[in-house]
Amino acid sequence: MSLFQYRLSELHNMLHASQISASELTEESLSAIARVDGDVHAFLTLNEEGARAAARQLDDKLASGAARGLLFGLPAGIKDNIVTKGLRTTCASRFLDNYQPIYDATVAAKLRQADAVTIGKLNMDEFAMGGSNENSAYGAVRNPWDLERVPGGSSGGSAAAVAAGEVFFALGSDTGGSIRQPASYCGVVGLKPTYGLVSRYGLVAFASSLDQIGPLTRTVEDSAYVLQAIAGYDAQDSTSAKVDIPDYLSALTGDIKGLRIAVPKEYIGEGVDASVRETVLSALKVLEDLGAVWEEVSLPHTEYAVATYYLLASSEASSNLARFDGVRYGVRVDEGGGLLDLYHNSRSHGFGPEVKRRIMLGTYALSSGYYDAYYLKAQKVRTLIKQDFDEVFKKYDVVIGPTAPTTAFKLGSQTEDPLTMYLNDILTIPVNLAGIPAVSIPCGFAEGLPVGLQIIGKEFDESTVLRVAHAYEQHTDHHKQRPQL
Amino acid sequence: MPSSKYETVIGLEVHVELHTKSKIFCGCSTEFGAPPNTHTCPVCLGHPGVLPVLNRQAVDYAMKAAMALNCTVGDVSKFDRKNYFYPDSPKAYQISQFDQPIGLNGWIDIEVNGETKRIGITRLHLEEDAGKLTHVDGGFASLVDFNRVGTPLIEIVSEPDLRSPEEARAYLEKIRAIMQYCDVSDVKMEEGSMRCDANISLRPIGQEEFGIRAELKNMNSFRGVLRGLEYEEYRQAEILDGGGEVEQETRRWDDAQGKTLTMRGKEEAHDYRYFPDPDLIVLHIDDAWREAVRSSIPELPDARRARYSEEYGLPAYDAGVITASKPLADFFEGSLNYTGDAKAVANWIMGDLLAFLNGNNLELSEAKITPQGLGEMIGLIEKGTISSKIAKTVFKEMLETGKLPAQIVEEKGLVQISDEGAIKGIVEAVVAANPQSVDDYKAGKQKAIGFLVGQVMKESKGKANPGLVNKLLAEVLNS
Amino acid sequence: MSITIKDVQHVARLARLHLSPEEEAMFTEQMNAILQYAEKLGGLDTEGVQPTTHVLHVSNVMREDVVKESLSVEDAMLNAPEEEDGQFKVPAVLE
Repeated sequence: MSLFQYRLSELHNMLHASQISASELTEESLSAIARVDGDVHAFLTLNEEGARAAARQLDDKLASGAARGLLFGLPAGIKDNIVTKGLRTTCASRFLDNYQPIYDATVAAKLRQADAVTIGKLNMDEFAMGGSNENSAYGAVRNPWDLERVPGGSSGGSAAAVAAGEVFFALGSDTGGSIRQPASYCGVVGLKPTYGLVSRYGLVAFASSLDQIGPLTRTVEDSAYVLQAIAGYDAQDSTSAKVDIPDYLSALTGDIKGLRIAVPKEYIGEGVDASVRETVLSALKVLEDLGAVWEEVSLPHTEYAVATYYLLASSEASSNLARFDGVRYGVRVDEGGGLLDLYHNSRSHGFGPEVKRRIMLGTYALSSGYYDAYYLKAQKVRTLIKQDFDEVFKKYDVVIGPTAPTTAFKLGSQTEDPLTMYLNDILTIPVNLAGIPAVSIPCGFAEGLPVGLQIIGKEFDESTVLRVAHAYEQHTDHHKQRPQL
Repeated sequence: MPSSKYETVIGLEVHVELHTKSKIFCGCSTEFGAPPNTHTCPVCLGHPGVLPVLNRQAVDYAMKAAMALNCTVGDVSKFDRKNYFYPDSPKAYQISQFDQPIGLNGWIDIEVNGETKRIGITRLHLEEDAGKLTHVDGGFASLVDFNRVGTPLIEIVSEPDLRSPEEARAYLEKIRAIMQYCDVSDVKMEEGSMRCDANISLRPIGQEEFGIRAELKNMNSFRGVLRGLEYEEYRQAEILDGGGEVEQETRRWDDAQGKTLTMRGKEEAHDYRYFPDPDLIVLHIDDAWREAVRSSIPELPDARRARYSEEYGLPAYDAGVITASKPLADFFEGSLNYTGDAKAVANWIMGDLLAFLNGNNLELSEAKITPQGLGEMIGLIEKGTISSKIAKTVFKEMLETGKLPAQIVEEKGLVQISDEGAIKGIVEAVVAANPQSVDDYKAGKQKAIGFLVGQVMKESKGKANPGLVNKLLAEVLNS
Repeated sequence: MSITIKDVQHVARLARLHLSPEEEAMFTEQMNAILQYAEKLGGLDTEGVQPTTHVLHVSNVMREDVVKESLSVEDAMLNAPEEEDGQFKVPAVLE
């Protein structure tokens, strides 16, 4: 049995009792990768030597009796849009194929301070644009539950690596569902924190006003530990929130008696697979049995979320990705035609089709004469979408629904029409637009594929989100199911 | 020569680098002249994943400058991205301000030909500076140094209220003086800490509608601004006289050739796609903040000039020249701690001091002379310790060494000889040695006495009290 | 609003992307589909609604004017595609 079947607290007890070592945990990870990653293709860059050296140092620390960090000895995978000093960071883009970061993202530094071991960098949709991982310049990640299916995206590598037992936990980023949707498809726990809770410094920006880093883990308890380690104010991020960080572990009481749950009718209606709906409704029954009450509500602007999101995110992306110009780092294609040609050739060569599409869309939406109709209008509709949630949260503690309308689809089945692909994100996007926290947890299977339950909370109320998720998890076994590889 | 039936309309866009210690969005130093790319970090190099954090001092300076230019500083100000690709712009967007700048609707007064004119200021906004390109390989390649990128800049946009190149220069000089008084910038055009672009058009006198304008860049000195605008005025008048139409375009002033040229590299019209920078937080400016900044604004040039006329009785011209430069005005006032003769101080400053600085192309701070030195020297003249002539020597010495006049006089033995006996001895010797001049004098040639005075002064190495020399010479000759 | 190949070419120039004729045709079609879908926002009444740039309830986030250590030139130039004398080298703007 894999050591990663244990929870973090169990592994720490074993480390403390010298039953295992940090080096053994790292070897567990590296050997799992050697065994399955040829199939799963979750990793883009491995930090083998670095990880082994770090684990040895941790074992010395363990022997010396020095204080241990919150994530002591735990092998971690980091999504490849989070920069790691000296460890190649590509964003799964050809443009950054040779990019050696000269600084550490704040979360990367925090993982190190918490004594986690960075095993390597995880595959993703190029620059986090996509929901299937098929937009990686290095080939798609495959879903460990069915290698013919997508793992979801854009943090597909992160979700698959955790599901396949290649790492103990992973960090992902979520702009429109990029942590929760792959967590749902791969049957793991994926948390998108409140905007501003986790520093974005060192997260290669896709849509700055929506991006947030969060953990992907096997259990809710582990998610709480990782969040505890990475949350907090960062003076290097102007959009970082100055809030007190609660003790997330102590929130996991198992008690949800009297909890008021809102279930938006837009989240379980048309467009959601019947099998997914049924699975989610039975999950609600479990919560009901635990003493919670749920009612159907309406988030009336849900149908506008996808359009709003694609206009805002693409606009921000068109500007954020302008720095990839071939002057200071990354790909340069110089055919002697002067600077303008160098820009055009480097960018055209470096970016894949989805990235180009979004840069084009965003550039258009911001261009002279269209700004008010598209960008400004979308910013206003964003306000309405946020107000929908504000209204519901006056009466309810959490909003619950499916994470995605379907389970994982077949590779190559949706690549033709980008709009259809975008509409897959309808249940996750509103949360990013509202800036609030949400977790996706396994809540069962439909035709052998995992289904995710999405629990959405009030801003900075990760504690309640985790408490509900944990209570559910305690009374079900879905999270203990593992794919056969 | 084109006809003068046109009225010139000029608006200026002035960029001023704020002299914060660190850059506007990162902690790199803003120091000028460091080796290339030694003042850079992931943030100002625009590496993937970096984020900007606003320098409070830059905001305070911009607010101070805005208020000194009589702008309204509103309750809300925000930053926007101005998107364009150029190698000196690492993020391919410049963080600037679009619709909610720090300051709006200001004005300053300028004086041209003795008349005061009010020039409107449309806006003042805060933004980041770009890097520096050096052309190499015969112009086929450029090297990029990012030390300057991220230096805080304010852009001050005037209304099209200027009607001549001379007014434009006066406006620019006034802006420089105000920035200098506010102590927000070094405002050195030569080092690029103050830069100026102009929009200039001509219209037939009496016509309301503006003519087609050209945008003029690359005027790197006050003289360049004046010459560039004069050239452009001439060029456009010639086109209009010939029945042609001025083209709306960007032109650059070529100082060596003495003319403006169409700027190449102009592709399609710019579309900067401004939008609010999601990495930065909006500024809410309340009364307390505004007042704190306002109270830090010192007396400005206009107020000081008026005070100099009123308090010290300086002629308007003198007061204008001295207050146009804060260091000069501070020097003037410093000197007055050591002498009460303001007019004498003004004369020395506008005469010998400015001649020295301009002649050697120096800043006042580079000259060693102190206000105390000048004040005390004027005191020595008043007391008769040194003559005005000797004072010139003392002044020169002060410029070079910074020593106080008493010490210079002592070391060089420059004390004026006012001892009648000593002077009389010299006078008698000179009279004895120059019988021809004595005869000429006695024959009624008054001029001859000048020669004899000169001889006495020469014999005394310039130290004889000139009043006594005259008196004693007359006595000896008439005895 | 419907966008044409010409619009797509103009936007590609702004974005410094070189598109093949096939890409131009594809993007024209896809962008039209997406923008047509986005038209639904136009039907919403947003009179008096404030735009959201981001959801945070903070203002005046600033740092003190303190100089921090810069990178070494080696690190600054580490990823440079072309370097000369500690500077990034680029071809000139040619017309």
